[in-house]
Amino acid sequence: MRNDTCMLKEMMNAIQEEDREVSLMEVCGTHTMAIAKSGIRQLLPPNIRLISGPGCPVCVTAQGDIDTVIELVKQNIILATFGDMMRVPGTGSSLQEARSGGADIRVVYSPLDALNLAMNNPSRELVFLGIGFETTAPVVGASIEMAQKMNLKNFSVLSLHKVIPPALEAIFADPEIRVDALICPGHVAMITGLDPYQKVAERYHKPCVVTGFGYSDILQGILMILIQIRKDQPRAEIQYGQIVKERGNLVAQEVLNKVFQPVDARWRGLGEIPQSGLEINERYQEFNARIKFDVPVIDDVPIKGCSCGEILTGKMYPHECPLFGKLCTTLNPIGPCMVSNEGACAAYYRYHPKRTVS
Amino acid sequence: MCLGVPAKIIRVMDNNVAIVDVDDNELEISILLIPDVKIGQYVLVHAGFAMQVIDEESAQESMALIREMLKIRESGQYA
Repeated sequence: MRNDTCMLKEMMNAIQEEDREVSLMEVCGTHTMAIAKSGIRQLLPPNIRLISGPGCPVCVTAQGDIDTVIELVKQNIILATFGDMMRVPGTGSSLQEARSGGADIRVVYSPLDALNLAMNNPSRELVFLGIGFETTAPVVGASIEMAQKMNLKNFSVLSLHKVIPPALEAIFADPEIRVDALICPGHVAMITGLDPYQKVAERYHKPCVVTGFGYSDILQGILMILIQIRKDQPRAEIQYGQIVKERGNLVAQEVLNKVFQPVDARWRGLGEIPQSGLEINERYQEFNARIKFDVPVIDDVPIKGCSCGEILTGKMYPHECPLFGKLCTTLNPIGPCMVSNEGACAAYYRYHPKRTVS
Repeated sequence: MCLGVPAKIIRVMDNNVAIVDVDDNELEISILLIPDVKIGQYVLVHAGFAMQVIDEESAQESMALIREMLKIRESGQYA
């Protein structure tokens, strides 16, 4: 599937012929950003709704977990984290503010950088903040395995990793959320393969199409969903065939299963979802920051006026949040959906700032 | 971060490490998750790890998309 203008027009025409009311959920935050940037939303007929989903790992990290991390950095550690997390507001502070206040927090591109930091600072404890779904967790898992091989004593990971399929089940099971099909995350499926999406599609009888991130990928993904709906043949299907193989990346899956185990986890907007989080296995417990340090469990304190929870579950559009564009902007974010590169509010603010999208 | 960066394998070293070319920059990455990769192949890189082999055409398309996003960022349209 290449960006051939004729092909794009044909697909757009076919999509515009749809007269059914359908709600499609863009599960992945990167899809939300790509869709917003592409202008596809404005070209769709009004009966086709695209709503945001919970596929932004920074956005779905529970407020209490953010506060936990801010508490953790008060201990004498070096915290290594992906950049997105720095500006996410906790209840009283943020990692960025904590850093200004003297906490030793380093932004890294890869957990390998965190391993290097640990090796270069042997007298300090290094904690890597593990945030991300099935695309990122194997990378962190591989780093934990490397730490074990190197017998690194001052390296550990605080895992806030989550997996997507239980969240999709929670969404389909919620009577307040109207979703007819899922645009499924391309790179998560690159790791997991199609199997988890097949299970969701079968159980809830809904189309789940694993889609890439280019304009033609997204249009083709939407078209594949509509065809499934028209034929009443809902199933999991791969649009992003160049990258996603049905079995996924078996080496990465093996790392995931070896280093992590599923646990119940709190999601912003969805509450606690069973078996949706990843905790480090006992075999690697010396690398588990939860065991190594005093890591308090903190209850969620909702941010007043912030609608991230509703936006992440497609119950609300960013524009419908009273803070959007006024008190909450990308320069002054109130909630994580405005901070994250994959946040729905950030996507809308950048690409649809003045429009009301129905 | 869902969007991987396309890279061309230019050297495969010991210990599951490879040197890749990303838009004319050389980077060291881990190939632990796709250990059978060969020189000249294109891979999708995420957080310092190669995640999947991709064909050259997909790599060029992805790179074009990323360059577009970088241009927007540099022009200050991102806050």
